[in-house]
Amino acid sequence: MLADFIETIVKILVVVVVLLTGFAYMTWFERRVIARLQVRIGPNRVGPEGLLQPLADGVKLFFKEDIIPAEADKALYLLAPMLAVVPSLLAAAVLPFGPDVTLFGRTIHLYIADINIALLYFLGLGSLGVYSVVLAGWASNNKYALLGGLRASAQMISYELAMGLSVLAVVMLTGSFSLVDIVEAQAGGRWFVLMQPLAFIIFVITMLAETKRAPFDLPEAEQELVAGFHTEYSGMKFALFYMGEYIGMIVISGVAVSLFLGGWQGPFAEQIPLLGVLYFFLKVAVFMFFFVWMRATLPRLRYDRLMQLGWKVLLPLSLANVVVTALAVVARDTGFFGLLG
Amino acid sequence: MGMLQNAVNWLLGRDQRGAWELHEEMRERQLEQMLIPTWEEGESGPRMLLNMGPQHPSTHGVLRLFLELEGERVVRVEPDIGFLHTGIEKTFEYKKYEQGVTLTPRTDYLSNVFNTWAYCMAVEKLLEVEIPPRAEYVRVIMGELQRISSHLVWLGTHALDIGAMSVFLYAFREREMILDIFEMVTGARMMMSYFRPGGLAWDIPDGFEEVVASFIDLMPSRIDEYEALLTNNPIWRERTQGVGVVDAETAMAMSVTGPILRATGVAWDLRKAMPYSVYSEFEFDVPVGTHGDVFDRYRVRMQEMRESIKIIRQALDKLPGGPHRVDNHKVAPPPKEEIYLSMEALIHHFKLWTEGMLVPPGEAYAAIEGPRGEIGFYVVSDGSARPYRVHMRSPSFNNLQIISHMAEGGLVADLIAIIASLDPVLGEIDR
Repeated sequence: MLADFIETIVKILVVVVVLLTGFAYMTWFERRVIARLQVRIGPNRVGPEGLLQPLADGVKLFFKEDIIPAEADKALYLLAPMLAVVPSLLAAAVLPFGPDVTLFGRTIHLYIADINIALLYFLGLGSLGVYSVVLAGWASNNKYALLGGLRASAQMISYELAMGLSVLAVVMLTGSFSLVDIVEAQAGGRWFVLMQPLAFIIFVITMLAETKRAPFDLPEAEQELVAGFHTEYSGMKFALFYMGEYIGMIVISGVAVSLFLGGWQGPFAEQIPLLGVLYFFLKVAVFMFFFVWMRATLPRLRYDRLMQLGWKVLLPLSLANVVVTALAVVARDTGFFGLLG
Repeated sequence: MGMLQNAVNWLLGRDQRGAWELHEEMRERQLEQMLIPTWEEGESGPRMLLNMGPQHPSTHGVLRLFLELEGERVVRVEPDIGFLHTGIEKTFEYKKYEQGVTLTPRTDYLSNVFNTWAYCMAVEKLLEVEIPPRAEYVRVIMGELQRISSHLVWLGTHALDIGAMSVFLYAFREREMILDIFEMVTGARMMMSYFRPGGLAWDIPDGFEEVVASFIDLMPSRIDEYEALLTNNPIWRERTQGVGVVDAETAMAMSVTGPILRATGVAWDLRKAMPYSVYSEFEFDVPVGTHGDVFDRYRVRMQEMRESIKIIRQALDKLPGGPHRVDNHKVAPPPKEEIYLSMEALIHHFKLWTEGMLVPPGEAYAAIEGPRGEIGFYVVSDGSARPYRVHMRSPSFNNLQIISHMAEGGLVADLIAIIASLDPVLGEIDR
């Protein structure tokens, strides 16, 4: 019992440390990649190849003056950045990072919790993330921030629906909400991206919108709303919004990898568990590159177009996908294909 | 009224209060005027009054826009200018004609060659001098290079405002090459002041033709690169097509010129319509749009860059030899070697540098086609070495008037696209 407890605590610590380091090096990665895409060099002064840049940025932000606007709603103003980070971190609890490992005679699962409603839990926490943006926008008592907050709430709510429905198709194929089961169902290279390409594309698009990344970065559209919902934030509170955003990106990429790209599955992953972990993070890194690539390439969508895309294109498409998948699943279970031939 | 009375009283010593109290009172009144309501009742709910700028990432300088918003919809736009007022037009009156040249680039840092050019043309009209053909050709080459570089800044900032940030850096990469050419010729990258009334300050350096030729050989492929990123990009098209539409009549009524007017379908380009310099000797097209929206302005400017390349190529082929400045020593100084040998040359030099060039009385207006539209200089001379009055017709100022027509009824995001497509330079608006 105690051993289980210690094991869980250790795993939580490891995951949190990995995510925080991942966040820090994601900023470095993004700046270096986007610089290369834009014929620049990027940060390369602090430490070898600029690897200490995230640390320098952190120190800088830590020593910045922490300003709370006089007219702001103080309690909510303080709450908003916390709400940005906590749900992103919590959502990582259901991610399977690799196959089971045997260590000191104990079988250790490389996930923190395998709950049977893992995907619902993830989507629920995703919706909680909206509050940070809305509250930040409202509590700052700044017009640009307010507009950013309004945009964010509308955007995240409309894209969550399409995202949920695209996830549902995978759930129907496996019959489980647990990410661990979903990854196991994809063993042997039977990745769901092959069976559900449409759901995968919808998930990737909504993923960009959920994390407020380009081309869906309207809530913080710099050229329109200065800095959107976090216009008034400075110092560590400002850093917390970034932390929330980047950890959100990592976690949501982890979910996408688990749902569609076979999670930690890959050649010899069952035999050498560490290889599984490596596969998982490599796949996540591909998504990270994708995020940066999109940001360097695409212009920003307009607010009304964004809503049209969400409600008039993605939602009907994902609904149709669910219906088709449902028919296929029923046909499979009743042996309809067998009857055909 | 009371404040003025107090000021008069104080000046005449009738008021016993000190300057400090008066200052305090004035400040309080200013504060009262500044306290405008931030919300107002509109027809469909409350309206937000938003003060956009003068410090805002995409007002292209210190433009202040006073907005009335209903949600994200813009109900009213009122531009407020004057934050970059430098008094350049007035300063001209205290400078000799040659010294005035250095003021012209400071109005519009992106098309400084054109400002200098128009000013020199106006002074040359007053002086009634013909400048040598070599100077005219070099002016055309420098001008068209500047047009490309100005359009590159427009393209980069326009794309950046709509969120395509890479294009900005690609455009600045090529602009850097143009600035290097400018540096090679004049030693300066932006404030060049290279033209003088009567020709050029000095001749082009050796190797200039080769550098320009290699640049214009490279440039078309780079323009293709920008177009590959933007022209057929569905997001770019959605953001620009049908946004900020203006028809030809309205545009002409608001005295809009340049690419904005041409995007409405009016082929009005001073280089063709009223050929100046040696433009009648070149073959080039005037690109026009059909819808007058942001996208057409984009297409027109992209095409203009290609046409500029054509002009530069022809000008390089035809570039004649000969002097770079008129042989009239009342206007241009004699060569340095002559000064040591010839008494007259020494006197001319001394007179030019102490008294300055004397311009016959009269007035002249010279207009040229700049990257943003018609740049005109109106110079009045009273016969002395300093102009009596210089007025500048700056295209950005006239073009900015149309912003309310374009942006009202659209979204905030459209307003950003519209400002970018107007390509205003605030230094030129406020002068």
